[in-house]
Amino acid sequence: MKQKQRDSDAEAAAVLAVGLVRRWRLGEKLIEGWIYLAGGLAIVVLLGIIILLVKEGMPIFFDTPPWEFFFGTKWYPVSEPPTFGIMPFFVATLWVTVVATAISVPIGVACAAYLSEVAPDGVRETVKPIIELLAGFPSVVMGFIGLMLLSPLVQSAFNLNTGLSGLTAGIMLAFMSLPIIISVSEDAMRAVPDGFRQASYALGATKWETIWHVCIPAALSGITAAVMLGVGRAIGETMTVLMVAGGALAVPVSPTEPMMPMTAAIASGIGNAVRGGLQYQALFAIGLILFVLTLFVNLVADRVLERQKRKFQR
Amino acid sequence: MKTRMAPRQISQRTAFSLLITATAVVVLPVVVIIIVIILNGAGAISWDFLTQAPVQAGKAGGIFPAILGTFYLMLGTIIIALPVGVLAGVYLSEYAIDNWMTRTVNLAIVNLAGVPSIVYGLFGLGVFVLMFHMGMSLLAASLTLACQALAMTVTTSREAILAVPREYREGSLAVGATRWQTIRHVVLPQAMPGVITGAVLAMSRAAGETAPILVVGAAFFLPALPNSPLDQFMALPYHLYTVAAHIPGMPKSTIWGVALVLLAVVLSFNVIATIIRLRARKRRYST
Repeated sequence: MKQKQRDSDAEAAAVLAVGLVRRWRLGEKLIEGWIYLAGGLAIVVLLGIIILLVKEGMPIFFDTPPWEFFFGTKWYPVSEPPTFGIMPFFVATLWVTVVATAISVPIGVACAAYLSEVAPDGVRETVKPIIELLAGFPSVVMGFIGLMLLSPLVQSAFNLNTGLSGLTAGIMLAFMSLPIIISVSEDAMRAVPDGFRQASYALGATKWETIWHVCIPAALSGITAAVMLGVGRAIGETMTVLMVAGGALAVPVSPTEPMMPMTAAIASGIGNAVRGGLQYQALFAIGLILFVLTLFVNLVADRVLERQKRKFQR
Repeated sequence: MKTRMAPRQISQRTAFSLLITATAVVVLPVVVIIIVIILNGAGAISWDFLTQAPVQAGKAGGIFPAILGTFYLMLGTIIIALPVGVLAGVYLSEYAIDNWMTRTVNLAIVNLAGVPSIVYGLFGLGVFVLMFHMGMSLLAASLTLACQALAMTVTTSREAILAVPREYREGSLAVGATRWQTIRHVVLPQAMPGVITGAVLAMSRAAGETAPILVVGAAFFLPALPNSPLDQFMALPYHLYTVAAHIPGMPKSTIWGVALVLLAVVLSFNVIATIIRLRARKRRYST
């Protein structure tokens, strides 16, 4: 009797256990479904951005042919008939990016070389958090600082009518793209195997000669990627250029003129654009151009970084 | 007797001093900016400034609605972006085999990280505000910022999970745990500090982002605080942009005050992230 009771107990327990396991499995399948979904979401968002920009932006070309859109120098969205030429914005983006890159690359690479090769640990441990802090500065604060502190300086230094210019914006952008340039270049230099340096010292080279002739060339692809990421940052930055570049609509012939880069054109125009109207379409088309530009820059940087990573993994 | 330096030594000295100068050029302005903002902004900070609504187009009164709005945005962003980021991180580190889908996901994340913030704004405007009829609401802005934060939460989660040693997983699987049980009870707890560091950084980012919320429609002034996710909102960075660039005759100290509050919010979250990371590292080394 007792034996029978025990058997049925065991049976019940077994059934329960199987049921539990089944339920677990079901729950597990469910959560794994979510995991795959979440993994796919990044693709969905990226595709969503592309589809939306194309859908909302492309129709402008029915009204303004592409060559007039790209090479037109007049942006009069509210005149009758409106004209949409984005040359002024494109050239403005070019100017601020060139200024930013010209300043940030030498300073960034020098700083990275110092941190990776020369700086004592104590200095490194103090400097790196400060640079991380800089990376965390909101762009609107940088725009504000450019407005209050830098633009008067630029105005008096270059004797300009206004301190709000592509040059001012470029300097601020340089500053803002420094953290990414420094951290990626530093990582690249640190990845250079020590054997390279020791071989160089063994040949009688000084530390500086080793940095200049061995470390930097060996890390060159990583540094290139760093520069590209910095350029991508500068092209896409919005608030700073909106606040300090000056916002003029003419095609700028010199960086010291006030100008309106593409990002600023979108930010300042989108509030007045009627949904589906020509200006709305034109602004989305500018967004599409920005997207393609930064996509290209980032893809190339990613490829170069991958190659750099594999280079010393032999 | 003075020892003469070889020319190569001299050039090394010169080069190193240039490198140090470059580093100083990066570091000093950061310190100067923080000090200047504190010195100029501290005068504006008062209990009323932090807890009252603005009056006279922000020229007087406080900035409480903007602080609250930014707080809501940070919360909304992370509620959406963190679960998705962690699950996607789990997918990439635990489930993904090297096939086209994994490669595409990784590529998508790299690219999402580089998309300009203003383009996220256009995306949010087109999809959430207009297509899904959310209007210029907290919800639409949070979703937009969450899309932008996604690249960061996925990447940090993936790295944190990958850093968990293989043996932990093998031990768990060896005692009969299933794959999900292993992830849920062994891998994720170990990866937590890294995941949270990424989340806090993403919140700090969301607090400072201006361009996307400018496009999806933050308000400069509202008569009432938002009551639901579908209400319009004010936010600190947009407030700073407007008072600094668009309101003539704005008292200087007020603008600096707004900048100080925004910077304090953003940087304190950065510092929190750093502390979490350092403590986790210390713990790992001590055990």
